[in-house]
Amino acid sequence: MIKDTILPHLFRTEYQKLVAVLCRLFGIEYIEIAEDIVSDTFLSAAELWGIKGMPENPTAWLYTVAKNKTKDYLKHHTVFSQKVSKVLQNNSETWSEPEIDLSVKNIRDSQLAMIFVVCNPCNAPQTQISMALNLLCGFGAEEIASAFLMNKRSVYKRLQRGKDRLRAARVVIGQPSFPEIDARLKAVATTLYLLFNEGYYSCGQNIALRRDLCSEAMRLTSMLIENDQTNRPFINALYALMCFQSSRFNARINVAGETILYHNQDISLWDQEFIHKGIQYLNLAAQGNTISNYHLEAGIAYWNATVVDSPEKWEHILQLYNDLLILEYSPVAALNRTYALYKVNGKAKAIVEAELINLKGHYLYHALLGELYTDVDNSQAIQHWQLALDLVHSIPDKAVIQAKILYCMANNTTPYNNQH
Amino acid sequence: MKNYLLMYRTNQEAMQTLAQRTPEELQANTKRWMDWIGGIAAQNKLTDKGNRLFPSGKVLKPNGVTSDGPYTEIKECIIGYSIIAAASYDEAILLAGGCPVLNSGGNVEIREVSEL
Repeated sequence: MIKDTILPHLFRTEYQKLVAVLCRLFGIEYIEIAEDIVSDTFLSAAELWGIKGMPENPTAWLYTVAKNKTKDYLKHHTVFSQKVSKVLQNNSETWSEPEIDLSVKNIRDSQLAMIFVVCNPCNAPQTQISMALNLLCGFGAEEIASAFLMNKRSVYKRLQRGKDRLRAARVVIGQPSFPEIDARLKAVATTLYLLFNEGYYSCGQNIALRRDLCSEAMRLTSMLIENDQTNRPFINALYALMCFQSSRFNARINVAGETILYHNQDISLWDQEFIHKGIQYLNLAAQGNTISNYHLEAGIAYWNATVVDSPEKWEHILQLYNDLLILEYSPVAALNRTYALYKVNGKAKAIVEAELINLKGHYLYHALLGELYTDVDNSQAIQHWQLALDLVHSIPDKAVIQAKILYCMANNTTPYNNQH
Repeated sequence: MKNYLLMYRTNQEAMQTLAQRTPEELQANTKRWMDWIGGIAAQNKLTDKGNRLFPSGKVLKPNGVTSDGPYTEIKECIIGYSIIAAASYDEAILLAGGCPVLNSGGNVEIREVSEL
């Protein structure tokens, strides 16, 4: 039935718009009432459209019903409406008939305000992401549970605690003031990037869902870009980064949801449209005076997305990683930098620096040393490949490492039986 | 882990040669510095990348006496500084060993920072 596909789709696109407008109207204290009214609206749609068929303009129908339900609620809960927002009283002479503004502009503004609410640092990052998916992306608790391998009850609890904390912090649903925006935007960017990474790096087998997480993160980021007050170079850089990574989504995950290493990917599966988009936004990001870690990561992603192997590429990547590590250390950046160093300066120099990094127990560290020692000291290489094998879970990755071990054993000039 | 201030000294001659370097040489020089500092950052031992210092300067002595610095009698000049983290002077010396200033007749002064 058409209803079966259209209504869920409308839920995904319109739920969060309606919730955003009503939340902003009611304030953080009454967020659940806003959610209830919107949920009721969709329930009515499900019931009535089944009987009477779908209306000509389903979105308008939903908006009208949501408005009416809101007015009804306000009418029957005078105390509530008195408390609710002075906005209602200010905007119309008789506040018993409030105007619920569902114009495109107000929807946009409300959604933007909600992004800041959801990404308020009073909540832990995982809570922020769950709330983002629920309130900003129209994900139900079940979908969120599936995405994070939790059970539904835990998701409900987490969402509830998130809202409680927002209430306790008396968060105001509106855009932060101009001086606050930059600081708050950084927190928002972190959350959106985390959301994207959940889709990109997680090990869940529901590939469609993971792709959804990535595209939702990108949609929210693009909302920030489209609004003048939140459009910043580093947000454009973040979007560029997401584009470049998305370009390899199909190539890096096989049908079983397992990761395929960069070197083993089918390049024909790299999405060129995403790459072009990434370049476009990377150029837009090249404004202003400050460089963020997103700029650097996007730059690295650009080189990884556009050229497979050339000295120039690796020199650029090396310098970008130098800049990134100087800005902010991370183990993965340190290891990736050392790989680039190998490509530029050769294995001997890279081995010296890699040993100094000393991230024992980290799969990538041993994979790196395995690679560096291969054909330099194959018995050392085997030791590291073995450790990497123990630490990796993906079957394609295991197969690659096993092949490396076989190669090293076949080319090993030192006796193998005095290892281990 | 302790913090160590590194002060990079070079001599006047080296400073003059620097002024005569071609863009390619300057770029290569920058790469040497970035690769060295990047290597320390990759070990998570870079506390503060620091800065370069302009070659000109002033010295203020008691009673408001000033003179043009920074060159001392031995004609050496601090051209920059960074702060690294290390367990000991021995380790700090190892980390400082890759500093490009050492290849052009300069030196690195290493001082443990006394945290308040």
